[in-house]
Amino acid sequence: MSAQAAAPPPAAEGARARRLTERVFRVRELGIIVAFLALVAVTGILEPRFLEAGSLRNLALNASIFAILAVGQTLVLVTRNVDLSVGSVLGLSAYFAGDLLSNHQGLPIPVVFLLGIALGAACGLFNGILVTWGQVPALVVTLGTLYMFRGLAFLWTNGTQVNAETLPDAFLNLGTDSVLGVPFLVLIALVVMLAVGQWLRDYRAGRELYAIGSNPEGARLAGVRSERRVLTAFVLAGALAGLGGVLFTARFGTVDATAGFGYELTVIAAAVVGGVAIFGGAGSVYGAAMGALLLGTITSSLIVLKVAAFWQQAAIGALLLLAIAFDRFVALRVEAALRRRSARRAG
Amino acid sequence: MSEPIIALERAEKSYGAVRALRGGDIALRPGEVRALVGENGAGKSTLVKLLGGVVRLDTGTMRVDGEAVDFHSPTAARDAGIAVIYQEPTLFPDLSVAENVVMGFHPLGALRRIDRGAMRKEVKGLLDRLGVRLDPDRPVRGLSIADQQIVEIAKALSFDARVLIMDEPTAALSGNEVERLFNVVRALREEGAAVLFISHRIEEVFSICDTATVMRDGAVVHDARIADMTPDDMVRRMVGRELSALFPKQDAQVGEPVMKVHRLTREGVFFDVSFEVRAGEIVALAGLVGAGRSEVARAIFGIDKPDAGHVEVGGRTLPPGRPLAAMRAGIGFVPEDRRQQGLVMDLSIARNATMTRTGALARGGLIRSGAEDRLAKEWATRLQLKFHRLADPVGFLSGGNQQKVVLAKWLATEPKLLILDEPTRGIDVGTKSEVHRLMSELAGEGLAVLMISSELPEVLGMADRVLVMHEGRLTAEIARDDADEESVIRAATGQVQEAAA
Repeated sequence: MSAQAAAPPPAAEGARARRLTERVFRVRELGIIVAFLALVAVTGILEPRFLEAGSLRNLALNASIFAILAVGQTLVLVTRNVDLSVGSVLGLSAYFAGDLLSNHQGLPIPVVFLLGIALGAACGLFNGILVTWGQVPALVVTLGTLYMFRGLAFLWTNGTQVNAETLPDAFLNLGTDSVLGVPFLVLIALVVMLAVGQWLRDYRAGRELYAIGSNPEGARLAGVRSERRVLTAFVLAGALAGLGGVLFTARFGTVDATAGFGYELTVIAAAVVGGVAIFGGAGSVYGAAMGALLLGTITSSLIVLKVAAFWQQAAIGALLLLAIAFDRFVALRVEAALRRRSARRAG
Repeated sequence: MSEPIIALERAEKSYGAVRALRGGDIALRPGEVRALVGENGAGKSTLVKLLGGVVRLDTGTMRVDGEAVDFHSPTAARDAGIAVIYQEPTLFPDLSVAENVVMGFHPLGALRRIDRGAMRKEVKGLLDRLGVRLDPDRPVRGLSIADQQIVEIAKALSFDARVLIMDEPTAALSGNEVERLFNVVRALREEGAAVLFISHRIEEVFSICDTATVMRDGAVVHDARIADMTPDDMVRRMVGRELSALFPKQDAQVGEPVMKVHRLTREGVFFDVSFEVRAGEIVALAGLVGAGRSEVARAIFGIDKPDAGHVEVGGRTLPPGRPLAAMRAGIGFVPEDRRQQGLVMDLSIARNATMTRTGALARGGLIRSGAEDRLAKEWATRLQLKFHRLADPVGFLSGGNQQKVVLAKWLATEPKLLILDEPTRGIDVGTKSEVHRLMSELAGEGLAVLMISSELPEVLGMADRVLVMHEGRLTAEIARDDADEESVIRAATGQVQEAAA
C-alpha cells in the first residue's frame, strides 16, 4: 500500500493507542475521584465537622457494604445481565447470620460468615440456573427473585427482629473495629475489590465474561462456555451479597426482614456511575466501588448540610445522568479519534 | 488419493420444519483448497456450522482422520484442528484486537495469569504474517469492515489449524487484501493444511481453488477438479438453469443533472470531492475498501456532517447532516450493511418495505395495516420477492431477498436519486442479476443511480460513468467506453496524477 509511507511508524502508533486507551481509563476513574474530593471539600468548608475523623470513618464504613455489592453487580453487568435481587439476598443473609448467632452462642464467627456467603451463593445459583438453562432474561428472573427472596425473609422472621443485645460482642466489634487504623469492613471491601479486579483483568475466565457481554454469539463461536461463566458470575454476585448481609448485621446489630430494602437500585447506580456499561462488555470493579463511595458520600454530605431528603434522591439521579452523559461524550470523542487514526493509517 | 482430514457423509440437518441440509457429502484432503459454491440458501452455511461444531448432525457421519466423530461444541472442532471464519461478525467490539484473537486461549504465565506481553507478541506475529499493520492494543470498535475481517482471519490462524474454513472471507476485502489472504491460503496449502473456501466471486474461486463442491437446495450436486470446470459450467450447476447475461445494463436517455456534489470534505476521511449524477445515468463509485466511498455516500445522505462543501439536488442546496431533508429532496440510500442499517430484522417484511412511507400510510396518526400490506404486496410483486407471508420477520428471508426489501423501501418513496452501497454484496448469483436488471430498468425510467461497488465486473458492467476514489480523493472519472479493469485499478491504487473533475 502506498499509504504506508504517509503513516507513522508502527511503534509510535502503538504507543499513541496505548496512551489513548489509558487516558480514557484514567479519565473515567479520575473523574469520580475528583468529584468525590470536590464534594468532601465543599461539604467540609460549609460544615467543618464533616471532616472530623469519626465522620470520615463513618463515610467509609457506610460505603463498604455497597462497594462489595457493586463489585458483585459488576460481574453480572459485564456479561450483559443484571441482578436485581442483591438487596433481598442481603436481607436474607443478614437475618440468617443474626438468627444463627442469637440461637447458637458458641458458633465460631468464621463459620457464620461462610454460611452467610453460602446462602447468598445458593440464591445466586438459583438466579443463574434460570438465566442460563431456563433462558429467561436476567431482568425478569431477578425481578422475580427480588420479591421471592424478600418474601422468604418475611416468612422466616415472622415479624420479629434480631437485636444487638443477643449478638456476641466479638461479632458486633467487627462492624467497628480497625486493623492498623483501617476499619475491618473497609479492609474486607478492599480485599474483595482487589481480588475480583485481578480475576477480571488477568484470568481467562474473567476476560471471557467481558467477551460474553460484548458479543454473546461471538463468544459461543470462540468456544467460550458462556453458560458456565454466566452462572459463575451470578453465584459470585450472590455470594458477595451474602457476605454483605453478614457484615450488615455486624455493623448495625438490629436486623429485621427489611434489611437491604431497595439496595439493588443504589448498587446498579453505583456501578453505572463508576463506568460499568449497562449493556455489558466494559467497566471495572474499581470504578463500581468508587461509584458506591461517591453515592454514599453524596447522601451523607446532603444530610450533614441538612438538605431535604427529596433532594438527596434527586442528586443521585442527577449524578447518574451526568455519568451517562459523560460516558457518551467520551465514547464519541474516542470514536472520532480512532476514526481519524484509521483514516490516517489507510491514507 | 490421500485420506481426508475431515469428511461428511450423507449429512442431514433440519431446523424445525426446514431441511437446511439433506445430502452433505464433502471431504477435505491435506494440501487441497476446495471451493464450496452455491446460491444463498443452498445449505453452505449449515455445512460450515456442522464442520465447526456449532450445530450437530441429525443423521449421517462425520469423520476426522477416518474416525467417526461428533463435535458437540466449537471447542471440540477446534481441538480437532479445524478453524472457521464465519460470515457473521464474531468479534468483541469492547476488547482489544489482541484479546479478540486469543479469546479463550490467552497465553498464560505464572499462577495461570494472562501473559499480556506474550499475547501481544503472538498477535503481532500473526498480523505481520498477514501483512497488515494493525495495533494489537487498540479496541476493535471503530475498525473498518476489512480490518475486522483481518482480525477474524488472525483469530482462525492463532492455532495450528489443519483445516481452515472460510465463509465468504473476501466479501469485504479489496483487491490487494484479497491477494494477501490468498498468499496465506497458499502457504497453508504448502504446509499440508486443507482449506475450504466459500465465495460468491467465481473468478476468485478459479484463481485460488483446486477442487470445487457445488451445492443446490440443501444437497451437494457436483464435486470436481477446478481444471475440469468452466465458470459458466459452475454457475449453471449452482442455479440449475441458464442465466441471462450477468450485467444487463441497457442504454438509457441521460438527462439533466439530478445531483451536484461540490467540494465535499470530511476531515481525515475524504477531501474535495465534486461530481454530478444525471437522470437516467448509473454512476459507479469505485475504489479500494477504505478509500472513503461509503463515507461520501453517508455525507450526501446527511448521516454524517461534512466539514466543507455542499450537495445540490434539483438546484437546491441540501442542509448538511439532515437525512430527512435528503429524503424529501428525493434521495434514497441503500446502505452497505443490510442487516444493521438497512432493515429492522425482527419486524415483518411488510413493515420494513413500507417504513419510508409511514406518513403517507397513516390516517390521523395511525398506520392503516391494510394500506401497508397493499403497498408492500405491490413492491413484492414488482421485485419478484420470494417470501412465505408478508407478516414474517424480514430476518427469515435469504440475503438476496432481504436486499430486495431494502430496495422496495426506497423505491416506494419514488426517489429521483438512489444511492446503492454494495448492492449485491453477499447475494447469490441469480438474485444478483435480478438486482442488476432492476437497476437498469430504473435508470431507463429516468432514475439517477449512484452505485458503490467493490466488484469490478459489476462496476464495468453496470456503470455509464466510473468515478474512482483513492485515499479519500477522486482520482479519475472514466466514461463507460474507456473503462476497463486496468484503468480503474490504476486509479484506485493512486497511480493517476490528476483528478478529472
